[in-house]
Amino acid sequence: MEGTWTKLALRIWAALILLFLFIPILLILLYAFNTSNIESWPIPGLTLKWFKATWEDHEVRTALLLSLQAGLGATALALVLGSCAAFAIHRMTFFGRDVVSLLFVLPLALPGIITGIALRAFFHFNGVSLSIWTIVVGHTTFCIVVVYNNVLARLRRTQGSLVEAAMDLGANGFQTFRDITLPLISTAVVAGAMLAFALSFDEVIVTTFTAGAQNTLPIWIFGAIRLGQRLPEVNVVVSFVILVTIIPVVIAARLTGGGGAARVPAAASPPRG
Amino acid sequence: MAVKTLGRPRAKGGAAGPLQSLLWRWQWLRPALLLVPPLAWFVVVYLTSLVLLLITAFWTIDSFTSQIVQVWNVENFRTIAVDPTYRLIVVRTVALAALVTVTDATLAFPFAYFMARVASRRTQTFLFAAVLLPLWASYLARVYAWILILNHNGLLNWSLQSIGLPPANIGYSNVAMWIVFSYIWLPFMIIPTYAALERVPESLLEAAADLGARRWRAVRDVVLPLAMPGVVAGSIFTFSLTLGDFITPILIGGAGGKGLRDFLGGSTFIGNVIYTNVGIASNVPFAAALATVPVVIMAVYLLGAKRLGAFEAL
Repeated sequence: MEGTWTKLALRIWAALILLFLFIPILLILLYAFNTSNIESWPIPGLTLKWFKATWEDHEVRTALLLSLQAGLGATALALVLGSCAAFAIHRMTFFGRDVVSLLFVLPLALPGIITGIALRAFFHFNGVSLSIWTIVVGHTTFCIVVVYNNVLARLRRTQGSLVEAAMDLGANGFQTFRDITLPLISTAVVAGAMLAFALSFDEVIVTTFTAGAQNTLPIWIFGAIRLGQRLPEVNVVVSFVILVTIIPVVIAARLTGGGGAARVPAAASPPRG
Repeated sequence: MAVKTLGRPRAKGGAAGPLQSLLWRWQWLRPALLLVPPLAWFVVVYLTSLVLLLITAFWTIDSFTSQIVQVWNVENFRTIAVDPTYRLIVVRTVALAALVTVTDATLAFPFAYFMARVASRRTQTFLFAAVLLPLWASYLARVYAWILILNHNGLLNWSLQSIGLPPANIGYSNVAMWIVFSYIWLPFMIIPTYAALERVPESLLEAAADLGARRWRAVRDVVLPLAMPGVVAGSIFTFSLTLGDFITPILIGGAGGKGLRDFLGGSTFIGNVIYTNVGIASNVPFAAALATVPVVIMAVYLLGAKRLGAFEAL
């Protein structure tokens, strides 16, 4: 094993990286309570007034509503399409299997801007005007893979003998699916949906190219930071988005034992034990 | 599932019967049917879009009317290759993406090593969760946090002054972009590196020790080569995500000075030129041609990564 000093050095390194990862996030959460409307450190005092102001801001509310609608729409579609794909790929052995898998990962592996302008060109070419539906189509395209990965990973770990046993005992295809397969994969499906929603709710690059005149919450944030306007409200909105993206991930990680929320495709095995 | 059911009810529902038995006979048909909707989505929406984008790259716009002229030519690509401005932008983007990747690999490796091979199970679980949270926490929020930190009146300058050092003033510069990109994509590097390190069998290290290798030597000659595919897998993300970004350059990049803080001489990225050409400049064919640059770079990168075994690590 490592010597004492090496261990100590590694421990300090790990602590520093943790500080590096978390200080900015904690700082943002603190700034949301800043009494001043000037964003400087240290903040002079704590207040809740910006939460009220933000909640009453019509633009923020409209953007929040659009983000929720687009997120739910994309999650629902990704759930159906991703699960279908996972079931199909799990059962099939055919030559193009890897190609299909690669195709699903492509929207996450290629820079988002490519997906964004490609979809924009597609909508433009087909005479589709940009709306919430074009946002949903864009988000669904990169959310499918999250559901697909989670469900497929679970199916691979599920023992085929359970399904065979059910069928031996006289259950038909539908009964087997309802009573055996579905309970086994349900947490993976929910985890996939959670992650898909988190991914959609925070997405800004693809949305920039597929949204019309409407603002989603990230688009509103981007605009406000860029213009340096209404920063106290930005602090609040941004803290809210942090929570909305983190909570589903915590749930998903609990449902899948950590590995499902890895985001980096299938790269992570959750900690042993 | 080769087992044919014994007590399977024969065609209970009248209408579903023939269809069900048909599906039973051709078992491959069922998964194939399931594959149709997602595959159709990807082919109709995604692949068609990408192909359309590629085709658009070979068109031009009429400089007077700004209308797209559908005549095949390579004018856009010629401009990108010949014009020194665009060449500089491509070099700058790739250089920063590479710098961010190296930075993240350096920061992540000792951390992942500690996580996988030194920490107790409990610490390991805690650290894994601690990396997952910033991995998912809002991208914009994390960029914005750094604007506040690096800002003239921000946490960084305040900390420097309180220990008697001069202010750093690196907000809105290439240095700021370097820090922010490295920060944002760091979890994408830690997780695959950790996964690869975790898979290195302890017995190999024991064997190395038995053969007389000191610990450092064993790390260099045994652990590092085996962890390399994980690092390369992580680098795909850090590199690709930086390569296609335009939000961070807009929000925290500088106007381009001459000093060290603007070591790349400006903050315009490939993504920014694409963004402007889709938006204000409305030259979609040129934007499309420029978009092929990161795609080609990524294709080359992925081929290299495949050779280094990164896909086995995924």
